[in-house]
Amino acid sequence: MSCFLTEEQQMLKDLCAQIAREKILPVREELDESGEFPWEIVKVFAESDICGVYIPEEYGGFGGGAMEMCVATEELSRVCGGISLAFAATALGTYPILLFGSDEQKKKYLPAIAAGEKLAAFALTEANAGSDAGAIETTAVLDGDEYVLNGTKQWITNGGEAETYTVVARTKKGVGIRGISCLIVEKDTPGFTFGKKENKMGIRASATRELIFQDCRVPKANLLGREGMGFMVAMKTFDHSRPGVAAQAVGIAQGALDEAVKYARHREQFGQPVASFQGLQFMLADMATQVEAARALVHQAARVVDSGEKNLAKISAMAKLFASDVAMSVTTDAVQVLGGYGYMKEYPVEKMMRDAKITQIYEGTNQIQRAVIASQVIKESAAKEKRGE
Amino acid sequence: MRIVVLIKQVPDTTEVRIDRETNTLIREGVPSIINPFDMYALEEGLRMREAAGEGTVTVMSMGPPQVEDALREALAIGVDEAVLLSDRAFAGSDTWSTSYTLAAGIRKLGDADVILCGKQAIDGDTAQVGPGVARLLGIPQVAYVKKITLDGDSCTAERMMEDGHDVLRIPLPALFTVVKDINEPRLPSLKGKMRAKKAEITVWGEGDLDVDPEELGLDGSPTRVMKIFAPELKAGGVVFEGEVGETVPRLVEELLPVLRGEAQ
Repeated sequence: MSCFLTEEQQMLKDLCAQIAREKILPVREELDESGEFPWEIVKVFAESDICGVYIPEEYGGFGGGAMEMCVATEELSRVCGGISLAFAATALGTYPILLFGSDEQKKKYLPAIAAGEKLAAFALTEANAGSDAGAIETTAVLDGDEYVLNGTKQWITNGGEAETYTVVARTKKGVGIRGISCLIVEKDTPGFTFGKKENKMGIRASATRELIFQDCRVPKANLLGREGMGFMVAMKTFDHSRPGVAAQAVGIAQGALDEAVKYARHREQFGQPVASFQGLQFMLADMATQVEAARALVHQAARVVDSGEKNLAKISAMAKLFASDVAMSVTTDAVQVLGGYGYMKEYPVEKMMRDAKITQIYEGTNQIQRAVIASQVIKESAAKEKRGE
Repeated sequence: MRIVVLIKQVPDTTEVRIDRETNTLIREGVPSIINPFDMYALEEGLRMREAAGEGTVTVMSMGPPQVEDALREALAIGVDEAVLLSDRAFAGSDTWSTSYTLAAGIRKLGDADVILCGKQAIDGDTAQVGPGVARLLGIPQVAYVKKITLDGDSCTAERMMEDGHDVLRIPLPALFTVVKDINEPRLPSLKGKMRAKKAEITVWGEGDLDVDPEELGLDGSPTRVMKIFAPELKAGGVVFEGEVGETVPRLVEELLPVLRGEAQ
């Protein structure tokens, strides 16, 4: 369903669908197998002006917002939730600059990202700091005009492939999350190297890698916002990026649903297409309804983000939570619909099921999303009571 | 340098069904696309312009007003301008009058250095219009081209043959029909699509062209479709099994009377 999209958004959707069909589909199985990074496809994104859809025109982008980012991510993920991440994870790495960068920083970094010449990545997670993001141990110590970074970031999407990294590090000890800051670090900065590339269950065409900082000196001018704002930068970034993960989840779910319906129409057992059996029809109906509901929530979240509303945590978390749970459930059911064939790599649904799982885990586990939603709901109620409503 | 690419809007034959009663295509609800071979011609035109660092690529088509959609698609991938030859007088054209009308359009446009077409359209499969246009313009043409190298006022073209390829050197202006091996067509860009949406498409009718009305449309078309039918399936033939030394003499023995006209 594409109603309520503007003409430009519809155009973007059509173009991404074409890229997915003509360029991604022929390579998705091979890249899932090899785990090779999809640079050829990134080139196509660049040539098609996809990379900058959520970046303002003054910085070389298309001037869209969260809705454009979500529309593109969903269409690309429909065919491959791993390859689409080269685009979507770049958005995650770019949001800290978009939201907190100075005009100078934006001018320096955004045009190359918008043009698709450079990818970006966001680096927060560490071995001992996942859901408890405030526990990060990577340090950035000011020394003259430079911060000296030390520490290791883990599971960084686009790690090693991206040129521009937004890295969250501790600038002050003993003050908890108020001692955290966010810095832009360029690839090839001395002291910045990459660790092992992870061998993953799904999204295998996406690169996930360690970032290692050993006395890595970063200009003070690369600080985003002010010192101590890093935790807020990370949280606001997630508020903007979570609808993107949700869109990725909807895309994966839609792709699996399409495959399941197509298979059910053609597969014959007991002398008739299996789609004629009500037991299977009800599964397809539930899958389709879930996907539609998830998409509606993602679009709602994107619209709220684009409206300029300040408090986005709840709606973004809801979209991410709901859509990723839908993706897991729908892809699992799609494998079931295809039966033994669904379990085989000759059909794409087992890959979609593997790809779906990560959407329940990254950019905040779904348990963290529930915690965010609950805390917002409780806060809202308390505020109402205080106002005497 | 002016490059003209001739395209045809065709039904997407992967989705087309045949009416078994009339043996004609069921067009209702079938999406229209740019003839896939023409996409390679468009790409080659764009690459020529990019390699030369100058020039314009003009896309031209003859057909009803909805062909504008195909022309906008061409604009979205980077073509500079689009011309649609559209008039009730052009309706019902066969390959002869289509070539005649397109040649008149190219003449009006003027100064074309290179004209590119797909090797054939996937609906009619005649492969006649490209060469027909060249003949009517009085310029050289090479069909089934898989490589074109421009070199000032002339060029080298590699023509696909069944057993290899010919390398031909010909002067410009010239017309080429291209095969799939020539390049990999690009996708449109978002900016291209936006530009295409707003672009003005030039529409020329009978009155705009220097043409003889008797050569146009159905009246100007010598082709008459008498009957459309699906050919009957032929029997599978005879298979000679066994050792070569034994089967060949048997084959000769059976064929000789046929060759002599003594048997069927």
